[in-house]
Amino acid sequence: MKFGVVIFPGSNCDHDAYYASKKNAEQEATFLWHKDTEIPSDIDCIILPGGFSYGDYLRCGAISRFSPIMKEVVKFAENGGYVMGICNGFQVLTESHLLPGALLRNESLHFICKDVHLKVMNNSTAFTSELQQDEIIRIPIAHGEGNYFADTETIEELESNNRVIFRYSDKNGNVTKEANPNGSINNIAGIINEKGNVLGMMPHPERYSDSQLGCNDGLAIFKSLVKHFK
Amino acid sequence: MKKFAAKVNITLRSGILDVQGKTVEHALHSLDYNSLSNIRIGKFVELTVEAESEEKALETVNNACKQLIANPIIEDHFVTLEEIK
Repeated sequence: MKFGVVIFPGSNCDHDAYYASKKNAEQEATFLWHKDTEIPSDIDCIILPGGFSYGDYLRCGAISRFSPIMKEVVKFAENGGYVMGICNGFQVLTESHLLPGALLRNESLHFICKDVHLKVMNNSTAFTSELQQDEIIRIPIAHGEGNYFADTETIEELESNNRVIFRYSDKNGNVTKEANPNGSINNIAGIINEKGNVLGMMPHPERYSDSQLGCNDGLAIFKSLVKHFK
Repeated sequence: MKKFAAKVNITLRSGILDVQGKTVEHALHSLDYNSLSNIRIGKFVELTVEAESEEKALETVNNACKQLIANPIIEDHFVTLEEIK
């Protein structure tokens, strides 16, 4: 399969996502420039990487949403193409309305950069099939605005349709207030769209995809996609 | 065409915890400003808009707010206009 990693001005995890796709998942990968007005037809999955696109001006992801490539990413997703938004990429997906809700300032007001534990809430998606249901994985977070918010109706819809894919938990899988790093409703760390082809998550699986870094729990997400496209 | 100076106030929607406002409120209370409460912190945007009328100007600015300047999922916005003569 082939991954396409979007580079916005201010993206800073684009090379990590490229490396994880190419070296760790051993797939083809290419970069897509924010000014591109076409997505190559051989791309199977687009990654919107972490970073501070457009300097986080106005709101995180608000300006990126109107960059030329995003018009194409929206079309790609609407036609069933797979899109994964990581951290700032998740913020871009909510601003683009490809995913519901929004990411608010962390409850602590701090930028938080640390490893967290995630509980896999739904492993029957193209992004998570290589993980076990309720498995606990360790993935780093690095964000100031990761506090997931949506109105009650939206949260109910996400919950009742198993669209919450990852929750912040402790290492034993307990989903507690203490394990919630940013104040997200219901400890939500990642969600998927209704059709199951757009995933957004605040934690960075691409940063833990190489065993040389001491943990490669994130690789399973890339491998799930590889399996899906086999 | 007329010209208007628009001022846009953006705050988090009521019901959404404004942690920044809460923190400032606690700090003010520690300075004995106990009569101050319900502090909400937001953004302020100034812009100039050209339009045939005040109604048209307001409509344009409101649309711009809904589309980009504010995020209606989490923010409320309030626009005031003043004609530039």
